[in-house]
Amino acid sequence: MESKVIVVTSGKGGVGKTTTVANLGMGLALAGYKVALVDADIGLRNLDVVMGLENRIVYDLIDVVEQKCRLRQALIKDKRNDNLYLLPAAQTRDKEAVKPEQMQALSQELKEQFQFILVDSPAGIEQGFKNSIAGADAAIIVTTPEVSAVRDADRIIGLLEAAELFNPQLILNRLRPDMVRKGDMMDISDVIEILSVPLLGVVPDDESIIVATNRGEPAVLDKNSQAGQAYCNIVKRLEGEDVPLLDLDHPGLLEKLRRLMGGK
Amino acid sequence: MGTLIDMMSKVFAKENLPSKNLAKERLQLVIMHDRASLSPDLVMKLKEELIKVLTKYVEIDEDGLEVNLDRGDDSVALVANVPVKKVRRV
Ligand SMILES: Nc1ncnc2c1ncn2[C@@H]1O[C@H](COP(=O)(O)OP(=O)(O)OP(=O)(O)O)[C@@H](O)[C@H]1O
Ligand SMILES: [Mg+2]
Repeated sequence: MESKVIVVTSGKGGVGKTTTVANLGMGLALAGYKVALVDADIGLRNLDVVMGLENRIVYDLIDVVEQKCRLRQALIKDKRNDNLYLLPAAQTRDKEAVKPEQMQALSQELKEQFQFILVDSPAGIEQGFKNSIAGADAAIIVTTPEVSAVRDADRIIGLLEAAELFNPQLILNRLRPDMVRKGDMMDISDVIEILSVPLLGVVPDDESIIVATNRGEPAVLDKNSQAGQAYCNIVKRLEGEDVPLLDLDHPGLLEKLRRLMGGK
Repeated sequence: MGTLIDMMSKVFAKENLPSKNLAKERLQLVIMHDRASLSPDLVMKLKEELIKVLTKYVEIDEDGLEVNLDRGDDSVALVANVPVKKVRRV
């Protein structure tokens, strides 16, 4: 399989980019791929804490692009999975400190060692966003089913196209089936109709994400997490498998079935 | 106990539509407008090409050339204002 750099982006802040990168990264590593996570949110480093790796940081992305250290010195190996590495963002510099060409070179170097490189994009559409997409081969857009998030996603799709990054895929995050049922939240089909991009997956709004973030253990590691299950399915789709969407309306039933079948 | 009129007006009032219908309607409109904006880069290129074509037929005041998107409530038009100095006789 050819190595692939995938940028995870959204336009609007706080919709779940970092959570997505952490979970898909861990999921792909569990599936046996060599994975590097790149935190491109310079100045607002977060992926390290979501991954529970904040205590291991020595060098960061800017040190690498400014050649103050080797790439392998800055890469932090995950404590649970040997296939997974994190390249942390610099915390004390600003996004102007990196140029798109440097991100392209970094992506090339990472591709020599890793099969999947996931780039966590900052919110917004300025330099930090441009840097994050510079070395990408593909894009995942994260949105929530809310007016402002979907609108920003549409802007991002336009900007990706202008940058010749075609065919982005969509993750709809924080869906609440109870609100959809009452007609108080846009459904999967509404969002897809508006954005007209292919759907990569749907992740429910789930408390287990907050618990997972508190612990620094991505929810994919938790067999009982519905969101974790959704991320597992997205990982399979990234591998090219055709997996149906989770039945978010009957979590209880699914859970019972899983127990019946011997799972925990 | 509400009267029939009350009930009817309740059913038809916009506030009583499921809020997601409103969300979708508003999104569709706002996105149509967002998509219909031209970046300065694109406007530059469009102007250059327009000038190339137009000068084949008319002598124009290049600095006075204006290109804009005119947005109506549910339609968008590209409007160009081309000050002509002289028409070429072919
Ligand atoms: N599916 C979910 N269910 C519940 N909470 C979620 C879900 N996804 C994300 N969150 C929570 O939403 C918050 C924002 O998530 P996250 O940091 O991943 O967003 P982001 O897009 O990376 O934000 P930023 O734009 O600031 O980088 C976090 O507190 C996270 O725990
Ligand atoms: Mg983030």
